[in-house]
Amino acid sequence: MSILVKNISKRFGDFVALDDVSLDVESGALTALLGPSGSGKSTLLRIIAGLETPDRGEILLAGKDATVLAPQKRNVGFVFQHYAAFKHMTVWDNVAFGLKVRKRPKAEIAERVDELLNLVQLQSFGHRYPAQLSGGQRQRMGLARALAPEPQVLLLDEPFGALDARVRSELREWLRQLHDVVHVTTVFVTHDQDEAMEISDEIAVINHGRLEQVGSPRQLYDEPASEFVMTFVGDAQPLGESLVRPHDIELLAEPAEGAIEAMIVRVTLLGRDAKVELHDASGAEILVLMTRDRFEESGYWRGQTVWAQPVRERVFSA
Amino acid sequence: MRAVVSRLGLRAIALLYLAIILVGPLAIVFWRTFEDGFAPAWDALTTPETLNAFKLTLIITAIAVPVNTVFGIVCALAIVRRRFPGKGVLNAFIDLPLALSPVVVGLALFLLYGENGWFGGWLSEHGIQVLFALPSMVIATIFVSLPFVAREVIPTLREIGDEQEQAARTLGAGGWQTFWRITLPSIRWAVIYGVILTTARCLGEYGAVAVVSGRLQGETETATLRVQERYEAFDLAGAYAISIVLALIAILVLVAMTVIRPREETA
Repeated sequence: MSILVKNISKRFGDFVALDDVSLDVESGALTALLGPSGSGKSTLLRIIAGLETPDRGEILLAGKDATVLAPQKRNVGFVFQHYAAFKHMTVWDNVAFGLKVRKRPKAEIAERVDELLNLVQLQSFGHRYPAQLSGGQRQRMGLARALAPEPQVLLLDEPFGALDARVRSELREWLRQLHDVVHVTTVFVTHDQDEAMEISDEIAVINHGRLEQVGSPRQLYDEPASEFVMTFVGDAQPLGESLVRPHDIELLAEPAEGAIEAMIVRVTLLGRDAKVELHDASGAEILVLMTRDRFEESGYWRGQTVWAQPVRERVFSA
Repeated sequence: MRAVVSRLGLRAIALLYLAIILVGPLAIVFWRTFEDGFAPAWDALTTPETLNAFKLTLIITAIAVPVNTVFGIVCALAIVRRRFPGKGVLNAFIDLPLALSPVVVGLALFLLYGENGWFGGWLSEHGIQVLFALPSMVIATIFVSLPFVAREVIPTLREIGDEQEQAARTLGAGGWQTFWRITLPSIRWAVIYGVILTTARCLGEYGAVAVVSGRLQGETETATLRVQERYEAFDLAGAYAISIVLALIAILVLVAMTVIRPREETA
């Protein structure tokens, strides 16, 4: 099911959470809302779910106006950062909740819950209470619970934000695989650009309540529409008048057109990459990334004066 | 060593204080009641007036406790979950019965429902007797026992937050379903605890009911009023016997609370 966000604005007191945001989420895709904390991305997700009401604008679900529709009538699944597990219910009852309130037949509920517990690999944990699960397990339960009533849209609010790094990357991979199987239109909120780049089909970058750019991970990286997108999605630094990524700089032993003179002050070998730090004439730092092989072939040494030549650079008018 | 001594010293002071203030008087009441054996106490308890007094206390409690439970939960939900003008005032007013002397409550009801009171004239024209009858006693008791459920439920509601309720909504549950399946089970121990405190307060109420009831023997006399009446009639055995029953109920309430508390902590 497609989601259409039209000119949504939302304030909390004096704070502008969303300012005239429009977004067209493709049916069946996995879309990330990416932005720093306080950018309004979670508010947008909650407005799509009906947990917040926009001050202005419209939400269309599958082409139908859902702006003032109660959350329970939207048929969306919502996964919370802090799980929002029903603490007084077992895992099994948590997952069954959405089916029970819809008064589905008992046999159907049992079948569906077992199927979902299998899908999230919690089949032997059905009788446990949320307090007896790890964070990763709780979030998988949260996912199974959200998927149980077969929602048309799955919304995830920083779903892996409360988990440690290893579990986070496991679950992220697993969410991508799950999406390939279930194919439900999915929108997830994250402030982690790696997470967004790794698993989404499309990314919407939000900053200060405004939509900066929407595109595939590759488009955002290669053709950032603004300075913010360029610096937020991947690393970037100023070089002369333009912004350039550390691996888009070539080091030359001789002066050249457009190259900036700088001295190598530090070299760090990181496995297969070499990180070279330089200072230009004014003392400003320039960071260059290249493969270790390439660095060793070049024969540069610390203290040597070289010329930094941007291979690909971008200029954004302020 | 010093620490042990000071700890034991503190315990001794606490226990001694409790013994003098609480246990001593209770023990004396027990002793005086059964001084002449069990029979006089039983006789004093089974007079028609005393039985009626207990019946009245139970009827009033049976009405006031459910009313205040529903009111307390609704108030707590309004204060914690909703935004509306006058919320601060409501929050402050819930505590009013704790601060106000029950006698003042009784007098206020007199001003409202008495012959020349705001509602008194209209009510007597329509043949409804409020003062010196069950209605005013119930109202007085509801008033004095009003804060307990709300005061227990409010902090619990704050603590659990509203994420579970939001999750229930996104899963298709309406307002009632969310309340019955999510909110109420989450606050159940706070509600039970509040109900127990409310019950204890209703059973023990004296001042407000004393003012509005008229204290008609065998008619509008509750158990606590009956104790006073027996005492003034120099029937000490009778007064002690009724006190014992009230004290036993209070102890039962305390036991119920201690049984529930540890469960609440592990839940």
